[in-house]
Amino acid sequence: MSDLDTVMVKKYRNNFLKEVEANVEEGEWVKMCMQCGVCAGSCPLGPYWEHPPQEIFMMIRAGKRDEILRSSSMWMCTSCYNCIVRCPRELPITHIMHGLAHYAERLGIAPKQNPTRKFARIFWGNLTKAGRVNEPVLGVGLYFMNGFKEGIRTTLKMAPVGMGMMKTKRFNPFAFMFYRGCKGKKDIHKIIKKARELELAKAAKFGG
Amino acid sequence: MAEVKIGAYVCKGCGLGERLDTQALAAIATREGKAVFAKEHDVLCSQSGVEMIRKDIEAGEVNRVVLAACSRRAKTDAFHFDTVAVSRCNLREGVIWTQPDADEARELTQEMGEDYVRMSCAEVKQMTPPRPNEQAERNRHVLVVGGGISGLTAAVEASRAGYPATIVEKGDALGGWAAKLWRRVPTRAPYADPRETGVAELIAEVEADPNLTVYLNATVTRTSGAPGRFAADIATESGKTVTENFGAIVQASGFTPYDANRLPEFGYGKSPDVVDQLGLEKLARQADGGPIKRPSDGKEVQSVLFIQCAGQRSQAEGHLSYCSGHCCNTSIKQAMYFKDRNPDVDTLVLYTDLRTPGKGEDLYRSGQRKGVIFTKGVAREVKLGPDGLQVQFRDLILDQEVSVDEDLVVLATGMVANSGVDIEASLQKEAPNGEQAPASQEVSVLNLDYRQGPDLPHLVHGFQDSHFICFPYETRRTGIYATGPVRRPMDIAQAIEDATGAALKAIQALENAAQGRAAHPRSGDLSFPSFHRDGCTQCKRCTVECPFGAIDEDEQRYPLFNEARCRRCGTCMGACPVRVIYFDNYSIDTVGQQIKAVDMPEESQEKPRILVLACENDAYPALDMAAMNRVGYSAYARVIPVRCLGSVNSIWVTDALNGGYDGIMLMGCQKGDNYQCHFVKGSELAHDRMSKVYDTLEQLQLEKDRVETHEVAITDIQRAPRLIEAMAETVKRVGPSPFKF
Repeated sequence: MSDLDTVMVKKYRNNFLKEVEANVEEGEWVKMCMQCGVCAGSCPLGPYWEHPPQEIFMMIRAGKRDEILRSSSMWMCTSCYNCIVRCPRELPITHIMHGLAHYAERLGIAPKQNPTRKFARIFWGNLTKAGRVNEPVLGVGLYFMNGFKEGIRTTLKMAPVGMGMMKTKRFNPFAFMFYRGCKGKKDIHKIIKKARELELAKAAKFGG
Repeated sequence: MAEVKIGAYVCKGCGLGERLDTQALAAIATREGKAVFAKEHDVLCSQSGVEMIRKDIEAGEVNRVVLAACSRRAKTDAFHFDTVAVSRCNLREGVIWTQPDADEARELTQEMGEDYVRMSCAEVKQMTPPRPNEQAERNRHVLVVGGGISGLTAAVEASRAGYPATIVEKGDALGGWAAKLWRRVPTRAPYADPRETGVAELIAEVEADPNLTVYLNATVTRTSGAPGRFAADIATESGKTVTENFGAIVQASGFTPYDANRLPEFGYGKSPDVVDQLGLEKLARQADGGPIKRPSDGKEVQSVLFIQCAGQRSQAEGHLSYCSGHCCNTSIKQAMYFKDRNPDVDTLVLYTDLRTPGKGEDLYRSGQRKGVIFTKGVAREVKLGPDGLQVQFRDLILDQEVSVDEDLVVLATGMVANSGVDIEASLQKEAPNGEQAPASQEVSVLNLDYRQGPDLPHLVHGFQDSHFICFPYETRRTGIYATGPVRRPMDIAQAIEDATGAALKAIQALENAAQGRAAHPRSGDLSFPSFHRDGCTQCKRCTVECPFGAIDEDEQRYPLFNEARCRRCGTCMGACPVRVIYFDNYSIDTVGQQIKAVDMPEESQEKPRILVLACENDAYPALDMAAMNRVGYSAYARVIPVRCLGSVNSIWVTDALNGGYDGIMLMGCQKGDNYQCHFVKGSELAHDRMSKVYDTLEQLQLEKDRVETHEVAITDIQRAPRLIEAMAETVKRVGPSPFKF
């Protein structure tokens, strides 16, 4: 995995495009972008993106591998689907953005401090551990995402809400201690492990 | 027809009977218009009404007919009488639909109607039904100049329609540039892959067709005559000259590729690995389905870059300012030459605006699917690198300067029309915007013996047309149709469609000529200009100003009208300073007498008169449509339709001013570069002539505001009546004309 993040990519060649097509969800659509810019103009968070989707597609074709995969841009996507609805070439832009983010994460070169990434990791860890989401742990875990002090403050602030939920049986405090998860969680762990191996093997093909 | 017997027919339908005193109108026609009788009818366009008129004509009761009913543009099928001169007195659109339906407006409405009846009677008195053209000849043979895809298609289409054709090709083979291509852009769904050119099959069809004659290595050294009776000298391969007669001519002389040597910045000429699109076609033909190799060392091409708009769509000196239309599709097709064989070859298309006409959008998508990379950018320079070429460009999306190494660079250069001699170049020393037409080889294509020059006039950038949108193929030489890239830049698919159209236009022209009828836009018109020889001063203004080159000079230097070349616009009539040119049904007098026939109220009555001379192509229909929408205008206006503003003789304006008119308006089509004039130059000439009328105004000590010239489009339904209203205001402001009696 370590050498994957320093692949040399030639400019304006097909190789990074092919890497994206092979590893990124819906990546085969990237080449179909016709650079009209409607996605960039439609994004409600547009001004906050380092590189809007249109530019990302061009950067992929231009072979700017590092710049894209280390960028925070695609982590900005809130899945509002405005761009998909409006794209004249019908590119699944939202999915491609998540796909790119995911690929960068797999390669371990996604921006470490990105809050979306942090949230995604906590969510994924929580989910895969038991095969389904342990809500109390996930919820309170998120309070501590940005440090212990802030976590304590938020927990205290939210305590009355939690008490209320407990009363109406929407919140089970024992889940902190005993959470069984789903039946075949061992198998789930195996499946995920295997899938990861396959993904990394595919990515490694482009590592040379 | 010695004796003039005018029959006036007043319609009472469509509200005319209620709004106007038709009895009084009929009385005016007989008393003032000198009609032998005036009949009223409840619905004149009905069968009984038309029958009544027909009987009168057949019985010899009348030989001139005034139809006081609706506009000349309405009910043309019903009111169709060939044997007599007809004047349509526009009471419906011209009077009742433009005036308010109110008791207080009744007097002015009636006066308007009466004036129009007077005008029609005066007009028809001066008209005779057009005689058949004595010069008319039928020749079914079509001459096709050029044996490329356009010429071949035109010839085949003419032959399929039953008209023999002769192809004169300058080169030693048929097929033109299209025959030099490896594959062509797809023309059938799914428009995804290059296809066979089909040129060989087309050539085979031509060669097998007994209706078609082909001259190779031949040129047209002289063309004379007119539609229906063209004569062309063809200098053939053997050195002999053959003279043949033709009914019509299709000029499909095609294009010359822009000389890429004029683009040293892109390394053309410095490295054999920089080619233009035709150069790549050659490489692809050499490869014959195998890998395309670069010319310098025979290495298989692994990376290729296409520079779009090379030397075109640029204002730089020596570049083409226009888009050649086909090059984006062509580059996509050529990138597929590489991708289809080996998807690992890197193909980069550098464009600023990808323009893919026709079904090119599908081809573009297919190219993307195949992995062709499209980059919005501007090429700066192509240099020789250590191993191949180094291309520097600016990526306009990522906003950065880039340098890439390439095995091969293809320049998408443009098309230069093979339009022969620019006959107007000497007239317009320099175009107003300083832009110069690309230099075409100054060898005439048609060698016309017309007074106006040996080739077809250009529209813009050296392309031969008269209007790309409104009247395609219609050049300014009747019976000669330009088609293919000599008309405007186009690809094969468009050229085939274009040539088919041109062949049909040629057939239409020769059939019209056979019957002595005019071609577009007055198609079917039998009238043609004549002149009184004794009055002519040989000033040559008519021969110079005729937009269609229809007038030559005879041995005694009098104008020589070639009726079949004439479009019947009357520009010669408007130009003639001694007013000796006339049509049977349209002359200085037909309009002049209408102007005089209008009842001119005395100054004290405070009823001014505004004369509106409106072009029948756009301005008059606009006023008609305004009437249909009940958009009114001043009841003091008197509108006379003219064939073209170019036919307006300044004597009409002078006479009208002397006769006491308070205001005069000329309404013609848009002039200038984006002209809409159906006769190309008519409106412009009229504007020019009218600028000289201001001298007359000064002499008569009249206000300049009294004469106005306007450009009116057919869509100016609201604006045209407003212009008349504005003139009425002006007249009110400057006061009545001092020339009233």
